[in-house]
Amino acid sequence: MAQTNNFPETRFELEIPDPLKTDEFILNMGPQHPSTHGVLRVLLKTDGEIVESATPYIGYLHRTFEKHAERMTWPQVVPYVDRMDYLASMNNSLGYALAVEKMMGLEVNERAQYLRIIVSELNRIASHLVFLGTYGLDVGAFTPFLYGFRERERIIDLFEEISGGRLLYNYIWIGGVAFDAPDGWLEKVNEFCDYFEPKIKEYNDLLTFNKIFIERTANVGVIPADLAINYGLSGPTLRGSGVNFDLRKNDPYCIYDRFDFNVCIGKGEQGTVGDSWDRYYVRIEEMVESAKIIRQAVNQIPDGDAKETVPRNVRVPAGEIYFRTETPRGELGYYIVSDGGKNPVRVKVRAPAFCNLSILPAVARGTMVADLVAILGSLDIVLGEIDR
Amino acid sequence: MEPILKLFTDLLPGLSQLPYWLLATLAALIAALVLFGFIAVFALFAIWLERKISAHMQDRLGPMEVGGWHGWAQTIADTLKLLMKEDIIPEKADRILFKLAPMIVFSVSIASFVVLPWSRDFIPADLNVGLLYILSISSLAVIGILMGGWASNNKWSLYGAMRSVAQIVSYEIPISLSLITVILITGTLSMQGIVQSQQGNFLSWNIFHYFPFMFVAFVIYFIASLAEVNRTPFDLPEAESELVAGFHTEYSGMRFAFFFLAEYANMFIVSAIAATAFLGGWLPPFSFLDFIPGPFWFFGKALFLVFVQMWLRWTLPRLRVDQLMYTSWKVLTPFSFVLILIVSFWQLLTL
Amino acid sequence: MEAKEIYQRLKDAFQDDILEFNAEVLQPFIKISPDKTEEIAQFLRDEDDLEFDYLMCLSGLDLGENLGVVYHLYSMKFNHKIVLKTEVSKEQPNVNSVADIWRTADWHEREAYDLLGINFVNHPDLRRILLPDDWEGHPLRKDYQPPKSWHGIPVTLANEEEQDGANE
Repeated sequence: MAQTNNFPETRFELEIPDPLKTDEFILNMGPQHPSTHGVLRVLLKTDGEIVESATPYIGYLHRTFEKHAERMTWPQVVPYVDRMDYLASMNNSLGYALAVEKMMGLEVNERAQYLRIIVSELNRIASHLVFLGTYGLDVGAFTPFLYGFRERERIIDLFEEISGGRLLYNYIWIGGVAFDAPDGWLEKVNEFCDYFEPKIKEYNDLLTFNKIFIERTANVGVIPADLAINYGLSGPTLRGSGVNFDLRKNDPYCIYDRFDFNVCIGKGEQGTVGDSWDRYYVRIEEMVESAKIIRQAVNQIPDGDAKETVPRNVRVPAGEIYFRTETPRGELGYYIVSDGGKNPVRVKVRAPAFCNLSILPAVARGTMVADLVAILGSLDIVLGEIDR
Repeated sequence: MEPILKLFTDLLPGLSQLPYWLLATLAALIAALVLFGFIAVFALFAIWLERKISAHMQDRLGPMEVGGWHGWAQTIADTLKLLMKEDIIPEKADRILFKLAPMIVFSVSIASFVVLPWSRDFIPADLNVGLLYILSISSLAVIGILMGGWASNNKWSLYGAMRSVAQIVSYEIPISLSLITVILITGTLSMQGIVQSQQGNFLSWNIFHYFPFMFVAFVIYFIASLAEVNRTPFDLPEAESELVAGFHTEYSGMRFAFFFLAEYANMFIVSAIAATAFLGGWLPPFSFLDFIPGPFWFFGKALFLVFVQMWLRWTLPRLRVDQLMYTSWKVLTPFSFVLILIVSFWQLLTL
Repeated sequence: MEAKEIYQRLKDAFQDDILEFNAEVLQPFIKISPDKTEEIAQFLRDEDDLEFDYLMCLSGLDLGENLGVVYHLYSMKFNHKIVLKTEVSKEQPNVNSVADIWRTADWHEREAYDLLGINFVNHPDLRRILLPDDWEGHPLRKDYQPPKSWHGIPVTLANEEEQDGANE
């Protein structure tokens, strides 16, 4: 494709008119590398420690989800969407279920709605905890990883109790949820919130306000708000750039409009608005907000049968829909086309991490190899979702 | 050498019949074996300790099975595993340098043990330039690391090696400068002499000399020594999240174990130097504790500093390369120069 | 702004390139001609009362005879949405790229090219993104037949091959 170069800041013909310049060092970071969070390959051209260009190559985890979906019945797709963003399965299946329900015009039972909110917010906390841990690893601190996993373990235990799964749950079904909450489960959720909220201070003491951590992340990988919007970033990555945009508030779905919570945005407390530290801190603050939502949901949940509205035969009328929800990584959109048949004609997934990763070449240039790791970590990518 | 020879002839009077050269060789060999044994055992112990410390800091237990009591035999089992692993040399590697690198790194660590004073009488060789000897011999390790990184023919290894050279060369300066303040006070380069000049209770240790200036010197030395032995927050040459495993990416089996052993031996050496130069070496903190033998104090002080190193490792994130250089050249080095000036003037004034 | 008004604005500005408007469906869409996507996108993004600064999603579709591209747009400022659609034939699947207007489109267009073989004219770097560079065919087309193997790695499972054989 011999076309003109339309946006040179993301392409990599860097010309430095320097007679002393020697060869650049071409380095393959990944697909097996400790901090590419899976099987991402980033082709680096470096000048010593300085990155001249970083080109992500994706697709190593491509499992042809979209092709599979065309051959399956509507409910059969649910376990597959679980496997996209495997750190936030609940949020993924919530988006799919809501999209299909909207096409069918299905009203979901109140109790099931509350249960959905509780599990997806719990999953948001779990996902952000993994982020906290792996981000610590990326900048060289090992201990936060186990701190994060300690709390995540309790969430996973709760999920195991309600759905039977510990990573992939297949819990949120079209029309409701797979199981009602077992006795005493909601009290345990409340207990978890009591246990969890004080732990935030521990993370902040250990990592967030550590001088070295701030040095490593503040002013590193600054993404200005307009660039972030243009690249289609979403979720904490977008909010880190100071854009007050959360689908739970701005385009409410499910019953999020019933809860009182704040949208956390990056304020540039330690450096510039939109740096890696801001993106990190937005996620830490979001965990507190999620805990707030969970508490409210547990208090308000009505009695009833959560499985009441699950249809036996899913028949989706012909039509199409684009439905978006806020997962821990950002805007997860399903573009679903139906011809009224047994299976979808097309399920296109707009994966938040896919868009978030696409900004890497634009922010990586001129940083150091160590910064690149910090930036990549702050985008919080999950390759399962990018490659689908 | 002389004290050891004397020890030998005292233990076995028959040995004095032997010609001097044979006796000297024998004594040297045995001392070397003892040292090697000590390093190996200490490294095994330190690795186990590090695992346990990190585990307890991270709300878990660490090794609990092998050997029964708190998994004490875990590292022994691991070493056996490493010993029995296939010896892999990458096809495109420079074979000679690749094999030589771990040997150089390890022998440098052993060589540094020669001048460590364990007690009033026990020091393998009481060189009159002991401190200088240690400073110069420990710089040799960087050659081994560079060799290993270069010979592996791996880009990550090369990165690690380059970083390591830049780092160790830079941090040698604040280390030497902060030790010069000690030399100014004690007026000797001999390790034994440095310890003996700190006689008395703990207030006469160098660290409390000219308070707080020598304390600052100690802190500078300690920070720089972390960089010297590639420990967090200065573990850039290994930096597993950036460089996979840095200069030893391609090493496996026993060759890797040698790098590993050397790392733990080096941790002990820099701590032992700190204990000697600043914390009174084998001297007890109070003179009435004299009945406890010197090695206990020496080892205890060094081990405490090793523990602090581990503590830091499991707490702090890693610095970036430019920040590392900044810390050395713009913070530690100028501060140690200022300290040298202050200490010299103080010395002059109190003459 | 409602979909109807947006349609009127577009119709006034681009006349014949706006092919169809459908407000009967769940999410109203405007059908545009494939060789004017870039100009229309520019217009939608830069007009003061439209300001569609956020491309939510860009999807490729196999419509049987034709290939379709669907753009879901959103305005952060006005909180309104619109769906644009365009259709091209399978023989000449040329659509003008909007990667310069919204960089989100860069990778999404590469994905549509990769999986459906839609050629985005003026895309800065149109390469395969999810599949290997030397892969043949575009798997999301309904008539796609997977190869038996790729560089010696079997692609189709043994029982699937039997099935295919039985069908023939």
